[in-house]
Amino acid sequence: MDDPPPLLVLDKLAVAYGEIRAVKGIDVVVGKGELVCLIGANGAGKTTTLKGICGTQPVRSGTVRYDGEDITGMASFRLVRKGLVMVPEGRGVFGGLTIEENLGMGAYIRSDRAGIAEDLARIYDLFPRLRERRRQTAGTLSGGEQQMLAIGRAMMARPRLLLLDEPSMGLAPLMVQKVFETVLAVAKSGVTILLIEQNAKLALEVSSRGYVMESGEITLEGDARALLRDPKVRAAYLGAA
Amino acid sequence: MDIFLQQLVNGLTLGSVYAIVALGYTMVYGIVQLINFAHGEVVMIGAMVAYTVISMLAATHLPPLAIVTIATLAAIPVCMTVGYLLERVAYRPLRRAPRLAPLITAIGLSIILQNLALLIWSRAPLPYPQVITTVSYSLTSHPNGATITNVQVAILVMSALMMTGLMLLIYRTKLGVAMRATAQNQSVAGLMGIDINRVIAITFAIGAGLAAVAGVMVGSYYGVAHYQMGFILGLKAFSAAVLGGIGNMAGAMLGGLLLGIIEALGAGYVGDLTNLCQLSHWFGAIAERCQTNPNLALFGSNYQDVFAFLVLIAVLVFRPSGLLGERVADRA
Ligand SMILES: Nc1ncnc2c1ncn2[C@@H]1O[C@H](COP(=O)(O)OP(=O)(O)OP(=O)(O)O)[C@@H](O)[C@H]1O
Ligand SMILES: [Mg+2]
Repeated sequence: MDDPPPLLVLDKLAVAYGEIRAVKGIDVVVGKGELVCLIGANGAGKTTTLKGICGTQPVRSGTVRYDGEDITGMASFRLVRKGLVMVPEGRGVFGGLTIEENLGMGAYIRSDRAGIAEDLARIYDLFPRLRERRRQTAGTLSGGEQQMLAIGRAMMARPRLLLLDEPSMGLAPLMVQKVFETVLAVAKSGVTILLIEQNAKLALEVSSRGYVMESGEITLEGDARALLRDPKVRAAYLGAA
Repeated sequence: MDIFLQQLVNGLTLGSVYAIVALGYTMVYGIVQLINFAHGEVVMIGAMVAYTVISMLAATHLPPLAIVTIATLAAIPVCMTVGYLLERVAYRPLRRAPRLAPLITAIGLSIILQNLALLIWSRAPLPYPQVITTVSYSLTSHPNGATITNVQVAILVMSALMMTGLMLLIYRTKLGVAMRATAQNQSVAGLMGIDINRVIAITFAIGAGLAAVAGVMVGSYYGVAHYQMGFILGLKAFSAAVLGGIGNMAGAMLGGLLLGIIEALGAGYVGDLTNLCQLSHWFGAIAERCQTNPNLALFGSNYQDVFAFLVLIAVLVFRPSGLLGERVADRA
């Protein structure tokens, strides 16, 4: 089989906060067009992994390769120009900016007015709530709506690789469903996604492959369906005996 | 009533200068939570550069308006460069340092800039060459009523234009939205592809450009420039920014105008209000002195500067977040 080269490769990536070694040399591969999830309990090091990729936390050792290029420690604003976009934990919408200004900031790196207007319309079609409230400040949105805004805003950058940090966090079940549907739709549109989740069941159901992280290390990896059936995963993350 | 109208005009003029300078403080505070105490010195440098240019051109036969325009256009890039360098060289390396470090640095920079100006322009007050002949227009029907001068009109119009331009920039352009986004959350702004270092540097430069124009306005208004002029002016503009709510642009404008008016009215009335001759009935000694000087007062208009700081103290005591406060949604 002649696989295309992977889009993202983490090679023995280690990230620390001073003495605290939060990510202890992990290997992760995300192929072009794949939807891969990284699951694990609180404090496992999932967010720190993304911070290492995006250059928001210094990498202790190891490398991050994106589209064949070594991007280890590169500033996040440069990565966006290369199509690597992250939706941070807690959404990170600009509460004092309007919905439309938030979406406009997503397209900060672009200057193709027509294309931006088109994408804006598409995102408003996907999330009609956002269109209704486009002149309101984002701080007035509900948690779920803010998550939609955060994903929509990331899409405005026309990403090739999207890093999503717990998009379902703190949302009601119906909203969680909607978020996962959205993630799937984005993936189907051809965007490669690395999804971080605590909701392991849903994450594995939408993903093709998965990684399980525990105290800074990858303890399991493989086909998402296989992981769903794995007794260790079921016991630890799916609440089954 | 005439004193009132006259002081209102004077106060608005001065207040719009304060507003322009206060905007510089508030923009920088909004984006990096730093009080750039050297900002007053940037105003001074603007006044000084314009002084030099006007002096050089005064002998030419250029029209007065052209001379002042050229002087302003020279002052703006010089001040923007100074503002940019302050950020790049002094504040940026301290961005993650404890808050006291950049604060002390700011005070140090202010002293350095004053001394540089002292070396370049000497310690003497420099009289602005009167290229523009002051013309007064009567605001009332009777001859000795309140007036407004052409310089005052120019200052009011220029300030209004600059404030409008700045608001359009901040609220209607991509750069402006990026500045507000960076002010709210620097790391998320980075995730949007915004080069926050560049946006912060631009913010300093814009504030300094406004300060340059303010410097030319103050110099032309008082007809003098001095290497220490930025200190009190800076403190007053800072008070204005705090009065309006530091970090809030509309607040800076409101605070500046209010402070100018409070100061002018205070200066206009403090003599009357503290006139000791009203007490002549009770104190014979005062009555005697009032025969020679009926305006004998406890405080004269030279107490003008006190008002700004009384206002600052009152705000800090009664409403530390300022008139327009810090809107909570901005910080979410
Ligand atoms: N800024 C920080 N300074 C010091 N330690 C940190 C910091 N952020 C995270 N840590 C530590 O690093 C470890 C991994 O944290 P991380 O945020 O990556 O976990 P996570 O897997 O994303 O957890 P969650 O599911 O709760 O978001 C934890 O032990 C945490 O306490
Ligand atoms: Mg996390």
